[in-house]
Amino acid sequence: MRSSRMAAAAGAVAAALALVLSACGNDSTSSTGSGTSTSSGNSIADKAKNDKALNIGVKPDQPGLGLQSSSGQYSGFDVDVANYVAHKLGATTINFVPTLSANREAFLQQGKVDMVVATYSITPKRQKVVSFAGPYYVAHQDILVRANDNSIKQSDDLKGKKVCSGQGSASGDRIEELYGTEVNLIRLPGYGDCVNQLLGGQVQAVTTDNTILAGFAAQPQNQGKLKVVGTFFSNEIYGIGLKKGDTKGVTAVDSALRAMFQDGQWRTALTKNLPQVPAETPPAIGKFDIPFQQ
Amino acid sequence: MSDFVSSEGHTILLAFWMTLKVSALSAAGSLVLGTVLAAMRVAPLPVLRTVGTLYVNVLRNTPLTLIILFCGLGLGSIITVADMQTTNYFWLAVFGLVAYTSAFVCEVLRAGVNTVPFGQAEAARSIGLSFTQTLRIVVLPQAFRAVIAPLGSVLIALIKNTTIAAAIGVPEAFYTMRNELQSHGDIVIPIFAGYALFFVALTLPVGLLFGWLAKRWPVAR
Repeated sequence: MRSSRMAAAAGAVAAALALVLSACGNDSTSSTGSGTSTSSGNSIADKAKNDKALNIGVKPDQPGLGLQSSSGQYSGFDVDVANYVAHKLGATTINFVPTLSANREAFLQQGKVDMVVATYSITPKRQKVVSFAGPYYVAHQDILVRANDNSIKQSDDLKGKKVCSGQGSASGDRIEELYGTEVNLIRLPGYGDCVNQLLGGQVQAVTTDNTILAGFAAQPQNQGKLKVVGTFFSNEIYGIGLKKGDTKGVTAVDSALRAMFQDGQWRTALTKNLPQVPAETPPAIGKFDIPFQQ
Repeated sequence: MSDFVSSEGHTILLAFWMTLKVSALSAAGSLVLGTVLAAMRVAPLPVLRTVGTLYVNVLRNTPLTLIILFCGLGLGSIITVADMQTTNYFWLAVFGLVAYTSAFVCEVLRAGVNTVPFGQAEAARSIGLSFTQTLRIVVLPQAFRAVIAPLGSVLIALIKNTTIAAAIGVPEAFYTMRNELQSHGDIVIPIFAGYALFFVALTLPVGLLFGWLAKRWPVAR
């Protein structure tokens, strides 16, 4: 018993080492080569039809988008989109897997999830390792302030102000690029921390995607205390991540999204979960590059 | 991988420099505060002993994450050290690390004080030295020499503990590592390995240095 367990542990260590070595060795080929081997047999479309069950990665900590309640129930716009698409594909059992920004790619590659609907912005870098369906929403970087604060109307007003953004977020990077040290920026691990700082008065503004900000503003405990300014300074194109190379799956998810746009469910989900974001027209499917205009 | 290094290299170097700064400042602060605490715990005045004991037992038994978060988000809401938020949280993090680590330094030093034969302190007092003089001239120099190696362990623990400063937005190594992981999901394992290597490269020489120092300056009795 003991020796077999030790052998297993040794095996695991060896496997991990091999992984490290191989990952270090051929990083130029691994990203392009790994995905193409996916045969049509293990497309998400076939899995949904045959198994009637899907594992879907969603955010567990983003109110209005993907939020896990203490009883384990998931709610939010991403969750509603995921539910709709999964049912359209033929799945009846949906297992939501809490997914963080850092492990979305890994979960897809390892097959821990069949798709990811988790505020997943489509970027060229990510497209190298993940196939995207959609987009299903175009978010914009925006600013959250206290409800009684009228001093911040656009991004330039952030100069000289104390501002909070998330660690590793594109929004924080953009502020640093645009304003450097003119904006007094702090980057905390989660937007919940930022919102607490805003409510407590330590910072004057929080900036990131308007969807995320609107989700926090709509939380019962924050009702009437916070407002989304409504100035846009970027496009964040949310897509649904699938295993690299699953073109059949992309087609199936795209047509499910089109149906959702057409039958009004998309708009219903949006206004229900994120009342403070503008209910724009749904984005064009397959258009991953939407340049930003003020 | 090479394009990763060229695009992120500068950020990574800044992060490593930040880790070094946090470590060095916290180490210096903890050594000072730890020595003061150790002196308090062996002082003849019962009030000092009680305060020292209370401090050590509270800080040593509280999770560091809790202390750092308290310093950043709790203390940070009451007092502002610097106007620039990043600088402000940097000092708050150093403060938290010093508060925590000094409790361990104190206990290590107290163990060192116990290695000094009681007769030495008695002899010092009998030739007319005061308590602080006894401590400074006779007891502490021997105590420090006896605990060089364990102090090295405390320093190694401190260097690794600086990663918790990321919780309040101090852009040190762990903070940037998490960022790299988010934007470079395709090379997760090499990133982990690289940062692990950095910490080993930092702590391994510390252990060797303190081991060497301990041999070089043994207590001569």
